[in-house]
Amino acid sequence: MSTHALAGLPAGVPFAADEHIASAAEASGSFTLAWLLVALPLAGAAVLLLAGRRADRWGHWLGVLASASAFVVGAVLWVATLGLPADERVQDLHLFTWIPAGDFTLDAGLRIDPLSLTFVLLVTFVGTLIHIYSVAYMEHDVDRRRFFAYLNLFVASMLLLVLADSYLLLFVGWEGVGLASYLLIGFWNHNLPYAVAAKKAFIANRVGDVGMLVAIFILFAEFGGTDFVTVFDGAPGASEAVLTAAGLMLLLAACGKSAQFPLQSWLGDAMAGPTPVSALIHAATMVTAGVYLVVRSAPVYEGAPNALLVVAIVGAITLLFGAIVGCAKDDIKKTLAASTMSQIGYMMLAAGLGPIGYAFAIFHLLTHGFFKAGMFLGAGSVMHGMDDSVDMRRYGGLSRYMKITWLTFAAGWLAIIGFPGLSGFWSKDKIIESAFAVADGEGWQPWVLGSVALLGAGLTAFYMSRLFFMTFQGERRWSDGHGGGAADPEAPVRHPHESPALMTIPMVVLAIGSVALGGVLTLGGTFVTWLEPVTGHAEHHEPVLSVPLITGLTIALVAAGAFLAWRQYAASPVAALAPRGSVLTRAARKDLYQDHVNEALLMRPGQYLTRSLVYGDRQVVDGAATGLARFVAGSGEVLRRAQNGYVRSYASTMVAGIVALAAVVLAFRI
Amino acid sequence: MTDTFPWLTTLIVVPLLGAVVLWALPRGARRHARPIAFAVSLLVLAGAVAAALQFDVSRADEHQLAEQTPWIPAFGVSYAVGVDGVGLALVLLSVLLVPLVILAAWREHPDAVPAGAVVGAVGTDPSATRAVDAPAGGGDDGNRIRHYMALVLVLEACMVAVFAARDLFLFYVLFEAMLIPVYFMIGSFGGLRRRYAAVKFLLFSLAGGLIMLVGVIALYLQGPGGPEGFLIENLVGLDLPQTTERLLFLALFLAFAVKAPMWPVHTWLPDAAEQAPAGTSVLLVGVLDKVGTFGMLTLCLPLFPEASRWAAPVIIVLAVISVLYGALLAIGQEDLMRLIAYTSVSHFGFIVLGIFAFTEVSTQGASLYMVNHGLSTGGLFLLAGFLVARRGTAQISAFGGLQKVVPVLAGTFLLVGLSALSLPGLSTFVSEFLVLVGTFEVNRPAAIVATLGVILAALYVLLTYQRIFTGPAREDAALTHDLSAREKWVVGPLVVALVVLGFYPAPALDLVREPAAASVEAVGGPDGSGRAVDDAEAEAEAADAATGSTDTSVDGSDQ
Repeated sequence: MSTHALAGLPAGVPFAADEHIASAAEASGSFTLAWLLVALPLAGAAVLLLAGRRADRWGHWLGVLASASAFVVGAVLWVATLGLPADERVQDLHLFTWIPAGDFTLDAGLRIDPLSLTFVLLVTFVGTLIHIYSVAYMEHDVDRRRFFAYLNLFVASMLLLVLADSYLLLFVGWEGVGLASYLLIGFWNHNLPYAVAAKKAFIANRVGDVGMLVAIFILFAEFGGTDFVTVFDGAPGASEAVLTAAGLMLLLAACGKSAQFPLQSWLGDAMAGPTPVSALIHAATMVTAGVYLVVRSAPVYEGAPNALLVVAIVGAITLLFGAIVGCAKDDIKKTLAASTMSQIGYMMLAAGLGPIGYAFAIFHLLTHGFFKAGMFLGAGSVMHGMDDSVDMRRYGGLSRYMKITWLTFAAGWLAIIGFPGLSGFWSKDKIIESAFAVADGEGWQPWVLGSVALLGAGLTAFYMSRLFFMTFQGERRWSDGHGGGAADPEAPVRHPHESPALMTIPMVVLAIGSVALGGVLTLGGTFVTWLEPVTGHAEHHEPVLSVPLITGLTIALVAAGAFLAWRQYAASPVAALAPRGSVLTRAARKDLYQDHVNEALLMRPGQYLTRSLVYGDRQVVDGAATGLARFVAGSGEVLRRAQNGYVRSYASTMVAGIVALAAVVLAFRI
Repeated sequence: MTDTFPWLTTLIVVPLLGAVVLWALPRGARRHARPIAFAVSLLVLAGAVAAALQFDVSRADEHQLAEQTPWIPAFGVSYAVGVDGVGLALVLLSVLLVPLVILAAWREHPDAVPAGAVVGAVGTDPSATRAVDAPAGGGDDGNRIRHYMALVLVLEACMVAVFAARDLFLFYVLFEAMLIPVYFMIGSFGGLRRRYAAVKFLLFSLAGGLIMLVGVIALYLQGPGGPEGFLIENLVGLDLPQTTERLLFLALFLAFAVKAPMWPVHTWLPDAAEQAPAGTSVLLVGVLDKVGTFGMLTLCLPLFPEASRWAAPVIIVLAVISVLYGALLAIGQEDLMRLIAYTSVSHFGFIVLGIFAFTEVSTQGASLYMVNHGLSTGGLFLLAGFLVARRGTAQISAFGGLQKVVPVLAGTFLLVGLSALSLPGLSTFVSEFLVLVGTFEVNRPAAIVATLGVILAALYVLLTYQRIFTGPAREDAALTHDLSAREKWVVGPLVVALVVLGFYPAPALDLVREPAAASVEAVGGPDGSGRAVDDAEAEAEAADAATGSTDTSVDGSDQ
């Protein structure tokens, strides 16, 4: 608990008159072990970094162990929470007084509740699988130990992010994952473009961080604290203007971290990192932190409907943006990155729908974590067998050579396009449905947001099917070196093969999740009920279209998208070189010119400004200040002489002066 | 109080004695100059820690370990020393950095070979780099090192004394006396343009100092006079005429602004840092410049509260300009040392902003910032010195791809660099955050614009890291030695401090909390009508009154 009482509010007012929302209780029993969730992987990272080369032989297994043990702790806490009644499932664990700065006094503490536990399980479970996968994937890298150190650092930071019980401590995790992301994108930084990509990601996130900082300033100025208890209890009494400002600033932060419009440009470049990193950080977990932030801040957005609407609009724009870009990319990882951006757009849209969407945003986040991570690992497996090539136009027909990769990828593919019964179907369908029901079904919002979500489903089916068919189906556009494969004499020689078990087992586990997780959690509204102590209970709102009609339309669009992709990329030959394409295709290939816009609006003016200032500092500021100094000290003569090299003489003059002064002083004393 | 052990005087006298010993060393013993200097600095560090243990943190706003004895009673001058929490923190910072600087210079000629001259040689002949690194034996080299070490110890004495001075004249004398060792450290041991840089440094400081001297004497004349007329406690709370107070404030503030340094009187610093040996830059930027902000906080505010409030709006604008200007200039630099100097201009902007926002939170942030900046920038200068020692130049373009070659050096540089961009989890974040969140309460535009500095900070740190450590390794870099054990001992303590104080800043905050509150109280809060936070509360309550709530105060439950 904060040492602050609330300025002007009776304590303990829940943010909405919703009896489902639990107020936080002091953690006890096994919950006091929650700090281990952060400490274990952090210790792993520290040991791996400090031990240096000595740990090269066993370091990767220590990394796996650190992540796996965090999962065990998470599972224990989860089971313990399930044993509690719903209204006692929000617990705060006080750790120590972090910043005792008088009026700004903040404790470091963790909040263990259904929302944070959902993330804990996702991060540690998928994280551990990806650690295991990386043991094999990074086997031939001399810096594998350092790689695992960074992965552990990431897991620790991400867990701190989702477990923190105040915005400021959340920010520590927030920057920690950003740092891990920076280190891992630039892991192969001897390749300069990779290093530049890493820096770009960090800078874009820093723009978002300004939003986070200003949001924290606003919350502290308004409520006198930055811990969730103080802020959420105070939010219902705050003015809409304040909450809107805070909500928009939090959204800016979320846009940076989750690659949402207009801060989306870094995610595609982030694919420079090793593929397990793309799977864990830039698909399943870190990039969804923005969605977490919005859902966690539900009490703030509760009083700021306009900010919430902006969240939904940003989500809708990004959803389409990513989907359009995804349709044109030929790089398998960049296609998946565009898809990630688009799917997070779905989550952001759902979060922007308010209480009717929060649970579905997290639900989709969870299923997406499984199927997208699975597909990234599959892409890594493909690259592993194809000499690290990422060009899908030089793939084709790989289903025969890597059966497990093919089948597990198929599970992810069907899940993401929303094939009825698979995970993505349950989670995405609910978002589309809710989008059509927003604003009590009145005004333009349900129609616009719903249609965008519906259209996105069709586009998703197209670009994901395109990726799947170009990679695994159709004819080979590579050569096996013995005249087999492509007729094209310039086709690169490849020897595709299935990956080792350490890589395929995680893929199989994630594939099972991609197939079944959505259905299991939907049964009886399990997941929505589980989150109710945090997100509240949403009354059912009737969509502007009937639910069966929405489901039918969705399935029809998905089928159409998949069919188009099949006709173009499986049933007919794929050009090994990209055709010129339409204006839209070319724009999409260049990420709708996002980099060009940034360069024209920010980078070039910034460079010009910096250069002029450097020039001006020497010529104008220094000139004026030097002139003033000469004038004041009457020392122009001395300066000129000294510059000619008589330093010693000048210095001795000075010493003489000091001695004289001292003599005078002493003389007067006597 | 003088009946207890004179800790502060001891901390001043011991390094001075050490310097005398070094200068008196017979020719044959001069090769022991460095071990002697190092031992003395460790002794001072131990003494400072012992002194800190005598310090009662619960009344950190009072000046403790105080000593007082008449010096020139006819002029009202006393030898009076004593530290409050902020002074103690800065004394500790100083005596921590000195042994690290001495250790860092262990195998380095303090630029016996001018940096520029080595550049040409390095590319072709790897042995040329070793010339810079070679352990200095006796002869002339030993002589130079002896001088350098003695100057470092003299400077240490001055630093301790200036943060402890409780007599305004004594403060002034030390403020000026500190220039002498630094002048020689730059002018005799610096790079190619060392003379220009040293004289520029001296003249900027002297110009500020002269104006300050006028102010100091004029203030004395306004005071009670008598044999203790220069004691700061006797000069606080004078009922000065408005114009007089403002003029005197400006006299002192200008000297401190040059020292700090603030835009637009910062231009001496990049030149000095570029030419000075790395260790000198550590002490110059890490500690000496703090005398400027320390003076603003502990002299300008309590001596001239009305004038401080009068000038604050303009100073805040200058501080915000410094934040952004320093950062932009850093981005545009080609020389690593100049770059670090400009980042400090930016950081000092944050400190001044926190001081002149007049809230307890921002003032604590500014006080803590002074310490953290010393750790962070000190670390950066030391690491830059290691790079220069390997490469013979500080030109960033001469490096590239070093991460693969010297991973530990790269990782350490990145970590310390991240502290310069105030990464949460490192100590610098706490101070920068407190400055900004405290400022936001009273001056939203200034806080928000200054917050943009965090983007620029990321740029100057990561761009520099990218240029030096990433990309393909340069073949001619001739750089194969990772951090040696000695070098690890130099930066290790700073890295540990940055990390530990990031997660557990309480020990440092405990020192500065009460002094910060006292400073804000002295100046009467941001609008002069009372303590800052009370006003913010009053506003908050007024706003909340609309919601019909009745709860009264934040403070009430705090205390």
